[in-house]
Amino acid sequence: MADKISNKSVLFNPLSKNNPVVVQVLGICSVLAVTAKLEPAIVMGISVIAVLAFSNVIISLIRNTIPTNIRIIVQLVVVAGLVVIVDQLLKAYAYDVSKQLSVFIGLIITNCILMGRLEAFAMANRPWASFLDGIGNGLGYTIILVIVGFFRELLGSGTLLGYQVVPQSFYEAGYVNNGLMILPPMALIVVACIIWVQRARNKDLQEP
Amino acid sequence: MLRKYLDRIKPNFEPGGKLQAFHSVFDGLETFLYTPKTTSASGVHVHDSLDSKRIMIIVVLALMPCLFFGMYNTGYQNFLGSHAASFPFWSIMAYGFLAILPKILTTYIVGLGIEFIVAQWRKEEIQEGFLVTGILIPLICPIETPLWMLAVATAFSVIFVKEVFGGTGYNIFNVALVTRAFLFFAYPASMSGDRAFISANPICGLGGTVTFTDGISGATPLGQIATMSDGFTAVKNIAGETVSNWDAFLGLIPGSFGETSTLCILIGAALLLISGIASWRIMLSVFAGGLIAGAVVNWCATPLYPASYLSPLQQLLFGGFAFAAVFMATDPVTAARTGIGKYIYGLLVGIIAIIIRVYNNGYPEGAMLAVLLMNAFAPLIDYCVVQSNISRRVNRLKAKAQ
Repeated sequence: MADKISNKSVLFNPLSKNNPVVVQVLGICSVLAVTAKLEPAIVMGISVIAVLAFSNVIISLIRNTIPTNIRIIVQLVVVAGLVVIVDQLLKAYAYDVSKQLSVFIGLIITNCILMGRLEAFAMANRPWASFLDGIGNGLGYTIILVIVGFFRELLGSGTLLGYQVVPQSFYEAGYVNNGLMILPPMALIVVACIIWVQRARNKDLQEP
Repeated sequence: MLRKYLDRIKPNFEPGGKLQAFHSVFDGLETFLYTPKTTSASGVHVHDSLDSKRIMIIVVLALMPCLFFGMYNTGYQNFLGSHAASFPFWSIMAYGFLAILPKILTTYIVGLGIEFIVAQWRKEEIQEGFLVTGILIPLICPIETPLWMLAVATAFSVIFVKEVFGGTGYNIFNVALVTRAFLFFAYPASMSGDRAFISANPICGLGGTVTFTDGISGATPLGQIATMSDGFTAVKNIAGETVSNWDAFLGLIPGSFGETSTLCILIGAALLLISGIASWRIMLSVFAGGLIAGAVVNWCATPLYPASYLSPLQQLLFGGFAFAAVFMATDPVTAARTGIGKYIYGLLVGIIAIIIRVYNNGYPEGAMLAVLLMNAFAPLIDYCVVQSNISRRVNRLKAKAQ
């Protein structure tokens, strides 16, 4: 099965057709939590890409030596180790963002996308393909995060990456930032809109 | 004459006509004006002259007392706040009319616009649900809500609460209340506090400018009570006079446009009950729930939660409780449908409304959130009632067989 899928489709399928967030609907919790601003969303996305790609590679390398009975524990240990490394790196080099993301970097361990990819792909494929799969799924996750973060920060705070985008004259004319956009429920609605647009464009994704 | 004109232009809208694209718009207008002549082509159908368009019209009629009183009250509050020398009835009414007209127009244009587009797109008839929603939204919003906010919120709730779920009759939440909730959470600064509920500026030369001086608040009674941190004191109106229960019953208090007058709401309720459109079970049990919860919180009143000093009767008179009970909780689409379910649903709406209002000082009015919360639970209540009926009958059959 492994060799039949081309590396290209492994890398690019998760971006749209098999997107982990809007098609498989995994990892929704962190999408709701970290996307109030664009910057944490991007950092979170990069962290997930790194953890996902490397854990995929590591699990793929040792896939033949892991006893089936304890494979989940092994996967968790690998992911946990990588998450701690990422967390420490962020604390060292991007302390402010790390504080904003707080517990959600640690919670990457429980992100369904990771366990899903390890179980479904890395356990049965060669390291290079697994690496591409990790990058692809991480990117698919990041794209959604960035889109949601973009709209939430733009409409909720009037800024992008901390820079004010909505001109001051709008505020003077009576424009007010939408407070609901800062709250997590709105992230769910933005994700729903992305799903809506995507299903409308790809008829084959529509459930009967 | 209108009938003739409609018949003459009708062929244009039939399939193949040059205005085919506007078929549903024409159809909507025609059936709005006249009872449709066409009958079902197949099968057996029971038709009642009371179709959903007539129901909507009666609900709109029942809202008229609230609307007119809201106009009067808006003008009255402005005249009172600007220390007017006299209170001529017609200029007060005209002021209120001019204040509310842009809001009604905004909600109808935005809401109906979306409905028309969606109906056209799905090639369906235009559904008439927005007729009532469009008048409810201005009635439950503060008079100073900016028009663009109203438009955004209306569009949001019509699209995400109604059309996404399949249009009129399929919405899981009350559309008007979601509009209000959207405004409340998205723009809290414009939806509460001193300024939102009093129309402060003259309109077309009518009325005066209201000056907000220290110690005199234009906040709603419940809004004032929620901020009484050092013990319960009397509620004041914009001119600094104490508000009596009688004022609150008549509705001469600051508040969202159409919800202040309990008297007018009761007139509307009578119309809805006589015509049999709203469920008396729900109305009765909401008021009962409010009274019970009001009595309980009043019994264990603490200075920590100033609103608990209100008597149960005042709980019903102040704020949007009565309006929510009569016009929101009884919405047939989102309420429970089984007989017992309606009692449970209504009681819980009443109780939760008072609990939110009293024990959360951040939300001075709980009726909106209570109705929305129970909307979400209505199907569950119905399911439980139906299942218990089924199991009772199964048991009865078993007992007979033995």
